[in-house]
Amino acid sequence: MNDLLFIDPHAHMTSRTTDDYEAMRQAGVVALIEPAFWLGQPRTEPGTFKDYYSSLVGWERFRASQFGIRHYCTIGLNSKESNNEPLAERVMDLLPLFATKEGVVGIGEIGYDDQTAAEDKYFRLQLELAKELGLPVQIHTPHRDKKRGTSRSMDVCEEHGIATPRVIIDHNNEETVKEVLDRGFWAAFSIYPKTKMGNERMTDIVKQYGPERIMVNSACDWGISDPLAVPKTATLMLQRGIPEEHIRMVTYSNALAAFGQSGQMREADWLGTSTIDQREKFQGSSILRGGQDPRIEKRDSNIIE
Amino acid sequence: MPLEDVKIYLFLAFYHNMAPFLYFASRLQLTPSTLYLPVQPPKEAMTTDQSDNKKIKSYLHAWINAKISPEGLEWLTGKLEQLATAPSDRNLFLAFGAAPRFVGKEPLRLTKKEVEQADSIRTGWNPSHWTADQATRILLLLSLPNNDPDKLVNTLNQLFSTAEVGELTALYLSLPLLPYPEQHRFRATEGFRTNMNVVFNAVALDNPYPAEYLDEPAWNQMVLKAIFIGSPLHRIYGLDARSNPTLARILSDFAHERWAAKRTVPVELWRVAGPHMDEKILPDMVRLFSQGTEAEQEAAALACAASGQESAGQLLIKHRPDLKEKIQKGELSWDKLVQ
Repeated sequence: MNDLLFIDPHAHMTSRTTDDYEAMRQAGVVALIEPAFWLGQPRTEPGTFKDYYSSLVGWERFRASQFGIRHYCTIGLNSKESNNEPLAERVMDLLPLFATKEGVVGIGEIGYDDQTAAEDKYFRLQLELAKELGLPVQIHTPHRDKKRGTSRSMDVCEEHGIATPRVIIDHNNEETVKEVLDRGFWAAFSIYPKTKMGNERMTDIVKQYGPERIMVNSACDWGISDPLAVPKTATLMLQRGIPEEHIRMVTYSNALAAFGQSGQMREADWLGTSTIDQREKFQGSSILRGGQDPRIEKRDSNIIE
Repeated sequence: MPLEDVKIYLFLAFYHNMAPFLYFASRLQLTPSTLYLPVQPPKEAMTTDQSDNKKIKSYLHAWINAKISPEGLEWLTGKLEQLATAPSDRNLFLAFGAAPRFVGKEPLRLTKKEVEQADSIRTGWNPSHWTADQATRILLLLSLPNNDPDKLVNTLNQLFSTAEVGELTALYLSLPLLPYPEQHRFRATEGFRTNMNVVFNAVALDNPYPAEYLDEPAWNQMVLKAIFIGSPLHRIYGLDARSNPTLARILSDFAHERWAAKRTVPVELWRVAGPHMDEKILPDMVRLFSQGTEAEQEAAALACAASGQESAGQLLIKHRPDLKEKIQKGELSWDKLVQ
């Protein structure tokens, strides 16, 4: 189990601490994707969106690299904030500035929340943008009226002529998975305590449907969530007798195949840098706050130097 | 410096491009604010190019060509043509963002001669650590029309404010080559405030812009931060020329803070403090000689030798006469110490 590497294709690291990064890397997470989302309360200015997108491609990516984790992101206007139309119009103008940047592996997370007319409008506009730029799409499915919202998301993708292998339908459950797989989309599952999906249920789903086009993520954010959801689920699956190759597919290679279609995510990006060493170069330099020694391995000690 | 000379410098500073003159003014510990001079020079006196822009572009182009694939070259040629015939922010932004996909990120690996050539057309320009994507992005920037400083700065602001890490690095590397250098002072100081070392190093290391255009407080902050985050000081252009008593005092204080926390101090710090040795810094030398590692004792020896102070010279003879001899013979220098 120790030699398994993981990709967490949905993790909102902006809301997480350095302890989380450290624990993720120690558990074998080598790469993650941070979808643009809402921050727990609605933004009121386009400038705050711009700075948020900037931090996804800048500071957060850099921060992750210090823990030996490659950070990618998807850029988009989330469904909740699409409902503020005057603001949404201006945010849409920002998206082309960021969508083609290095390390942007898709348009996301977009889709429906309350399934309003405004959400529908900006979902469709962003699908067109993804089509124009040839980027994968990461789709958030609603918490409420989920089954209908998921079906509708797929209908709209097809209507806009987006090839199903380029669309990742996220936050699936037992009720949605069959239709998503039958229609040829990728099915992602968020192992998020008490709400979206638990990892015992997840294990049963992989047993039932097999590993093809299925991927697991943590969707960890500012809520009570678990940044180790992917490695923990892999361990549980192994204990419950799922073949290691299947585990590898749902916790690593399927995410790479799906988001790698962007041309912005390659295995070579992280292979060969398997040791955590903050002295390691990131584009020719390293980051350490003044006076800090590099943290090379986890130390179990009460001494804080 | 006699007062008459000071007046001449101030006169020149006011009526011409101020930067070099303010630099000398800063050596006299006179800053724009104490002189009641405007920080931005009047527009008609503004420098357009910092050097031969055309030549710089041809060099960049040649170095990039040697590193990229035929497809990359085709892409670059197309983008440069597009910027020449239909210059627009949109065309620039798309090309600037996409550059690494087409030209890769290989280091340019310039020869010593090529680096010297760079320095000969723009003093201090040192692209020895540059990569193909950085050179390409900077070539794109320099290919913009530059007859309107406000428009250019506006374009640059948009690029800076939406940049990812690689883009930010290239943008800061471009400072010594950009037109209207006086316009980028605040931007350079923003570069020092970053928490990303790669970005900080792009503006602080191997870059002549800060030494030429920043006032003393900003310069001192930059050097202190370089020490703070462990960047190599010897790669700061103008380090010796712009050392000053205030900076020496700040660095000595910094060393005391580190020592109190039982941490080490980079030996290069004493290179900056040495020429401004005073009764406050001299005890630091005593400490280095009596408790320091061999490298720290060598640093103290170099600092004492550079100080020109008699008391420091005596300290050196008392503790390490052998090092004094090595310095005189050229066997010990700051460059040799950091290697």
